[in-house]
Amino acid sequence: MALLEIRDLRKDFVDPDGRHTPIIDVPVFHLEEREQLALAGRSGSGKTTFLNLIAGILTPDEGSIRFDGEELTALSDSRRDRFRAREIGYVFQSFHLLDGYSALENVLLGMTFGRGADARRARALLESLGMGDRLHHHPHQLSIGQRQRVALARALAGEPRLVLADEPTGSLDPHHAGEALELMRSACRQRGAALLLVSHDDAVLDSLDRRLELAEVNRAGAES
Amino acid sequence: MIAYLRSLGMLVRRSLRTHALSTSVTVFSTALATGLVMAVFAVSQQSRSAFAGGPLGFDAVLGARGSQLQLVLNTVFHLETSPGNVPWSLYEEVREDPRVALAIPYALGDNYQGHRIVGTTSELFTDFEYEKGKKLAFQPGGRPFDPARREAVLGARVARETGFGIGSHFQPAHGVERNLVEEHHHEEEYVVCGVLENSNTPNDRVIWIPVEGVYRMSGHELRGSGESYVPEDGVPIEEHHKELSAVLLDLEGRGSGFQLADRYNRQGKEATFAWPIGASMAELLDKLGWVNRILELVAYLVMVVALGSILASLYNTMNERRREFAILRSLGARRRTLFAVILLEAQTIALLGSLVGFGVFALVLLGAGRVVREETGVVLDPWVWNDAFLWTPVAMLLAGGVAGILPALKAYSTDVAQTLSRDR
Repeated sequence: MALLEIRDLRKDFVDPDGRHTPIIDVPVFHLEEREQLALAGRSGSGKTTFLNLIAGILTPDEGSIRFDGEELTALSDSRRDRFRAREIGYVFQSFHLLDGYSALENVLLGMTFGRGADARRARALLESLGMGDRLHHHPHQLSIGQRQRVALARALAGEPRLVLADEPTGSLDPHHAGEALELMRSACRQRGAALLLVSHDDAVLDSLDRRLELAEVNRAGAES
Repeated sequence: MIAYLRSLGMLVRRSLRTHALSTSVTVFSTALATGLVMAVFAVSQQSRSAFAGGPLGFDAVLGARGSQLQLVLNTVFHLETSPGNVPWSLYEEVREDPRVALAIPYALGDNYQGHRIVGTTSELFTDFEYEKGKKLAFQPGGRPFDPARREAVLGARVARETGFGIGSHFQPAHGVERNLVEEHHHEEEYVVCGVLENSNTPNDRVIWIPVEGVYRMSGHELRGSGESYVPEDGVPIEEHHKELSAVLLDLEGRGSGFQLADRYNRQGKEATFAWPIGASMAELLDKLGWVNRILELVAYLVMVVALGSILASLYNTMNERRREFAILRSLGARRRTLFAVILLEAQTIALLGSLVGFGVFALVLLGAGRVVREETGVVLDPWVWNDAFLWTPVAMLLAGGVAGILPALKAYSTDVAQTLSRDR
């Protein structure tokens, strides 16, 4: 059984005049356990919306999203939050670290709502990503590459089974992007987490096990 | 669970620290409200206890026909003027009454720099207890006055304010109140023979002299017999000429009070028996209850303003914190968790305000206590337990939660996808 199975997923954008414009229209999509899959999509192709639907941040208008056999669209708001906290790690393009909190605290917050905050594990995770000497630094005191590592540590902190990465190297130069990507891949591999990454950068896309064009998956994106 | 609560605590703490200025202002206004509410209730309770139920020293006052309240205010609290005089024979009569444990004469007529000069007997210092087991004590070197000499004993506050000590001389001025326009001093000069220790009672504000001295003060006329009589030097004053402002009484048991009240207030027409003293004062405080209610109302309004400031300070941060809420939601925080965080913030402000409020309360009560003490000699104790110490912080905590609801709803309704996409 696949880790993630999506069928007939649809999400429309409704403008103020009430007109519906489809953003996501995915007849079928699946991701295997521990698989590392790259989705290629240009800007505005619905990449982020697709990831947000999988993460349960958005709810679809139609269709089914099954995670390890459990139907996510049937879950209540609160259970969907719980699912996200326990099963999903999310790395954003602009990292979305919390400014008022140290690197360690950011990672602790990534654990808090799932399996529970564990300072020792959070510290070990940051050390394994080469951030041992920056535990108490705040985001504005870190380089972009270091922020990226903290964001990755936070995404992995809750021991998720699926890591979603939205243009994770978009803010990095090619050298650091390659390093960050390798770090992310190996960290997911070590922890047995699947990785679903969306990007428009061929170098990033080609470095994963499998590559798919979002336009092939999302009929709405193909039309737009 | 503990780790989860610790994380919530971290979110609350960090937010309050990030907005330190608005947090401090809000905590201060909450403290002001809590302190004022507690102070109003405590001052009210303390005043009632001090004026109407406290250790006043005497059970009853026997004085001229008139208001019991005026009699009590005049003789026990040394406020107001005397309603009139009673003949010395009344003092003799009541002193011999088996229902009376102690009778002390009280003759008023003069002042020194606004401090009352009261004529009495030395029993005031030897037999009278202003609290159970506590007599008026002399400062080192002091002693009661000699009834045959022009000697005076000063209350502690009088000595402080006049700078007088043992051996100081002064000339009494006519009248109970100080006349700043035309002060008439008697010819007689008195010497201070003793200064009393602070008793924290109205007695600290009085100058005590022998009652005979009041009679023989130049310019005083006696009307104890109904006719005017001016004492002459070296000539004993016959008792029927003598008069008093009142007689202060300690009674033998509660039943005596009922019987004497019946004897003087119902059957007699020459005197008023003010008993129990606390009841007269309670009547006055009840009449002034509306002042207290206005103060309570003002305190409640300050409380409402403080709650409004909690609401405003949190609500104003909601827009800038929208990103924080969206990120937390993306990490799996439930809506109700964010709601709880904001309520906790509001309640933390209320709690801090309540704690600081105890400091405000202490300051207000020390200030109010000082005024009451200066004006009446009665001491308010800020540390006596009052139920408001419990219910005010609890009410503030609950109301703080209510004030947090609107900002919490705003946090609750954060649109994660929209907020994060705006912040890419």
